[in-house]
Amino acid sequence: MKLATALDSGRGRPFPLARITPSTLLGGGRARRVVERNILVYRRGWIFIVSGFFEPFFYLLSIGIGLNKLVGVVEVGGRAIPYTSFVAAGLLAASAMNGAIFDATFGIFFKLKIVKTYDAMLSTPLGPADVARGELAWALIRGGAYAGAFLVVMAGLGYVGSGWAVVCFPAAVLVSFAFSGAGMAATTYMRSWQDFDLVSLAVLPLFLFSATFYPLGVYPGWLQLIVRLTPLYQGVALLRGLDLGLFSWSLLGHGVYLLVMGALGLAVSARRLSVLVLP
Amino acid sequence: MYNVVEPWGLADVQGARTPPSLRVLAYYAYAYKRTWRSSVTTSFLYPVLYLAAMGVGLGSLVNHHVRTVEGVRYLTFLAPGLLAATAMQIGANDSMYPVMAAIKWIRTYFAMLATPLKVRDVLIGHVAWIAVRLSFVATIYLAVMAAFGTVRSPWAVVALPAAVLTGVAFATPLSAFSATQENDQGFITIYRLALIPLFLFSGTFFPVSQLPGWLQPLAEATPLYHGVALSRMLVLGDLRWWPALGDALYLVTLTIIGLVLADRTYHARLVV
Repeated sequence: MKLATALDSGRGRPFPLARITPSTLLGGGRARRVVERNILVYRRGWIFIVSGFFEPFFYLLSIGIGLNKLVGVVEVGGRAIPYTSFVAAGLLAASAMNGAIFDATFGIFFKLKIVKTYDAMLSTPLGPADVARGELAWALIRGGAYAGAFLVVMAGLGYVGSGWAVVCFPAAVLVSFAFSGAGMAATTYMRSWQDFDLVSLAVLPLFLFSATFYPLGVYPGWLQLIVRLTPLYQGVALLRGLDLGLFSWSLLGHGVYLLVMGALGLAVSARRLSVLVLP
Repeated sequence: MYNVVEPWGLADVQGARTPPSLRVLAYYAYAYKRTWRSSVTTSFLYPVLYLAAMGVGLGSLVNHHVRTVEGVRYLTFLAPGLLAATAMQIGANDSMYPVMAAIKWIRTYFAMLATPLKVRDVLIGHVAWIAVRLSFVATIYLAVMAAFGTVRSPWAVVALPAAVLTGVAFATPLSAFSATQENDQGFITIYRLALIPLFLFSGTFFPVSQLPGWLQPLAEATPLYHGVALSRMLVLGDLRWWPALGDALYLVTLTIIGLVLADRTYHARLVV
């Protein structure tokens, strides 16, 4: 505990600002070792990563061939949008969430409780914050790769709303950040695999009801209000706004929501990791 | 103690007349007693959430644009398809990771084989348990569908065994496959490159007739297509005997082929 605390305490950091920043957000500056480790491991499991690119492709294709003909156009901000464009941005946000949650819950739990990867990591000069930040960075690298591929497929099929869709890339990474942080924090509280039923129980309604597949206007007023407060809705609204080039101040609000969510998750994870793993 | 292990009081006959595969089934039932609550909760919530979001929510857009899909409202069209797709998912999920776990991770199969049970008993017990679980889930699903008002015919009762058959038709070939695997990489590939495309393109969310011409025969050759078609005919009461029989025969054949293959791969893997 002492060694890691010393490493995390910010001692030796050159700037006064860095010294007063919470250590959980900075760590000992060794997070990239964790990323390096994950790259080494995944060199043997590349099929996991490659096959992940196909999933959004199938979803987009199925919607283009099937639901698009059944739904026609959707009205957003007074403009009639082809259903494919409407749903593609929503799906991008949803798949960023799904990917992040999957990695941050199953993946982290497996390393934390089953194979004890973090016990091994923390017996090196790495501190809990390094581990949390390293895992998060890795999740963002993967999430970014998927989001990039998704956007390329979207553009290839002609489903992008406007040239602004390029900005969806960093925004999708932000969605990954928010859900990775929150998922990782939640995982540190899990006791057994049974608890993962709760994860799917939380993720599925978010996926289905966050205005991913149809506009909020379908709901009665009270339900709209609830949905507006949920995390995936922020991602869907942000990405859809950017994709269609419909800018407003509310986009900034969605962005801040996601940023705070991810940062809080990260801080909680680092703290919990030190409680759980360090003696 | 024995009465707890064997909920049907089979212990009284001390194995003399109890089919051994039934004892394997009893093992799964006993393990399930620890987790049935969450399993029932999800079995109930999934159809509610899916039917509310895709059937009612998305359906309101569909009904506005095209009014009906194959002559019915979108919710009514979607529900029986989702029932079959859910059966596929359960049948497939329960024959991938759990089989690998029973062979490599927890080694339940080897524990079973250390008793008088034979490899074939282990296999049949496993498939029988999947069928039992499928019938639980399909019953709840049909009840939720009825509550949403999508059941149009008394034939819907037969959609229950049809869903079980759909799930088992996926379970047996995938169990055969799982028994040959050294790690779980193949499962992710199957899930992403086979199960998801089946889920999306087998007539669950939109009629197969919307696919491009060359893709239609391909979609119609897949097992989920037949499961969906059968389920939809029964639930909507739009029963045509020959196609229904064809669908059922396809699924039964697949189940049997899977069983024969699994019998081989299980023996190859488990007999030391």
